[in-house]
Amino acid sequence: MVLLGASGCGKTTLLRIIAGLESPSGGEVWIGGKRVDHLPPRERGIAMVFQNYAVFPHLTVFENIAFGLRMSKIDSAIIDERVKRTAELMHIESLLDRYSGQLSGGQRQRVAVARALAMEPDVILMDEPLSNLDALLRLEMRAELKGVLENSNTTTIYVTHDQVEAMSLADRISVMHKGEIIQSAEPVEVYRNPATHFVGSFIDNPPMNFITAHRKSDSEEGKWLVMGKTFDGPTINTPEVKFAIRPEDLAIVSASDETGFAATVRVVEPLGAHTLVTCNVDGTLFRVIVDSSVRPESGEVLYLKPVADRIRWFDSATQLAIA
Amino acid sequence: MENKALPYLLLLPTAVFLCLFFLYPFSLVAWQAFVGDNGFTLEHFRSMTDHWKFSISFWNTMLLAVAVVPIQLILSIVMASMVNAMRKGRDIVLYIWTIPLGISDLAAGIIWLAIFEQSGFLNSMLQSIGVADKPQNFLTYDNLWTIFLAIALAEIWRATAIMFVILVAGMGLIPKEYNEAAEVFGASRWQRLWRITLPLLRPSLQTALILRVILAFEVFAVVAALGGTSFPVLMGETYNYQFALQDGHVAAALALVILAVSIAFTLVIIRVLRVPKEAQI
Repeated sequence: MVLLGASGCGKTTLLRIIAGLESPSGGEVWIGGKRVDHLPPRERGIAMVFQNYAVFPHLTVFENIAFGLRMSKIDSAIIDERVKRTAELMHIESLLDRYSGQLSGGQRQRVAVARALAMEPDVILMDEPLSNLDALLRLEMRAELKGVLENSNTTTIYVTHDQVEAMSLADRISVMHKGEIIQSAEPVEVYRNPATHFVGSFIDNPPMNFITAHRKSDSEEGKWLVMGKTFDGPTINTPEVKFAIRPEDLAIVSASDETGFAATVRVVEPLGAHTLVTCNVDGTLFRVIVDSSVRPESGEVLYLKPVADRIRWFDSATQLAIA
Repeated sequence: MENKALPYLLLLPTAVFLCLFFLYPFSLVAWQAFVGDNGFTLEHFRSMTDHWKFSISFWNTMLLAVAVVPIQLILSIVMASMVNAMRKGRDIVLYIWTIPLGISDLAAGIIWLAIFEQSGFLNSMLQSIGVADKPQNFLTYDNLWTIFLAIALAEIWRATAIMFVILVAGMGLIPKEYNEAAEVFGASRWQRLWRITLPLLRPSLQTALILRVILAFEVFAVVAALGGTSFPVLMGETYNYQFALQDGHVAAALALVILAVSIAFTLVIIRVLRVPKEAQI
């Protein structure tokens, strides 16, 4: 499970409450059918990977990985075997005699993960474990971490502000905003059907485009006007709603198309795999992802046709998705 | 060219100052300890060790250091951990606990004398609660152990703060994630102190101990106030030779003994609390 949210939304605090490093002002914490919020961290059956690794500098890599096992007074032959096994899993078996100061950031990260895995805990908690790595390494570790966690079959709660990381690693994403989980679902579901305006504007880069749609007329229920074009929408009794569409779900069509609305090109960014076009639609910024062969000029007027079944509607007042 | 010479130029004033006012007088003292009427001699050391008070004052000094410093070490670790764990009022406690730092050692000795002397606070308290019917004289020659105890107490009260301050600063430098990680991975409070905090605190422990041990060998004013001549220590003897007996040579020899002891203990502390280069934070 991935806890996803902007910085300061409370995701790390939630993780620390689960770990027992912080006490909640209310509520209960249950792990595997057992209430744990009155227990100290060590009796909760958890292990944790910290953002800045927290690999003990005065202990060797071996002793770092063995730390939790030593604390639980496990037989040293078993410790030896488990440390070696997890070290192999994380490809650090050649580093066991080294100290933290002799390791690179990526290697420290591996030690931190190995230390958590060696505990064979019920739950592994990870607090932005990849955010201190450089971009290339992060990509590599992300894939590796996914493999290791899948194989270990351990419940993992993973905190991140990086929605690509969340999409790639999660079985389930919980999006947090201002201290509350506002949507908890499979990654594709969160992406396709954001529960609120915020989720739509937070997930993916560039995020969803939003524009106000007006009720066509009192007699025609479920018909909404966007830039003078008519779309089928929800049948609710408000004068306006928010119309939302992902940048890749817009197609460039000819002026005559009846659901293609006019957009003035402002910036064109060729990104290799595709071209990102930022347009002005009636004073609102619209981002469109088109094929890399398409290179509109700045100032040009394009006609954008949304893919009908990808349009999402949000209540202007409550910000909630309208089914 | 400037770049290479600049660091040395900047160091030059300090170096000159140290040579002039420290190294030069020091070499004069060392010279005084070894020179007699006919050139080089160990005569002064011999007369120093031949004096009946030398071994007493030597062992008194050692005994005091050995009794006081470990207690101060434990106390300062406990105090520093407490202050470090505080959220509110941390600064106030810090300031109150460091008040003894601002009091001169002679003043500290006199404060404790006011407690222990025949008409002191301790006697009036014991009398008022009826434990003693007449004032006791704690600080006489036949009460050597109470003198020792009073001096040790005064020293602990006076000089724990210096270690405490160093350890508080040192603990503040240890990222709190290490302790949290240890907690999550099952270490009890005691195990965290023993296996995480203290090993990571070694550089500060080293500084605090060296400073404190050297000061312990130089103990003088507190002893003079509470023990007078009943409890001779090395520094007191040095003072006696220099000013009462007007024998600068033996005083210099004694000063060198104190220096040698200090250096020896410093080396031991450095060695024991050494952090291997690769294991540093």
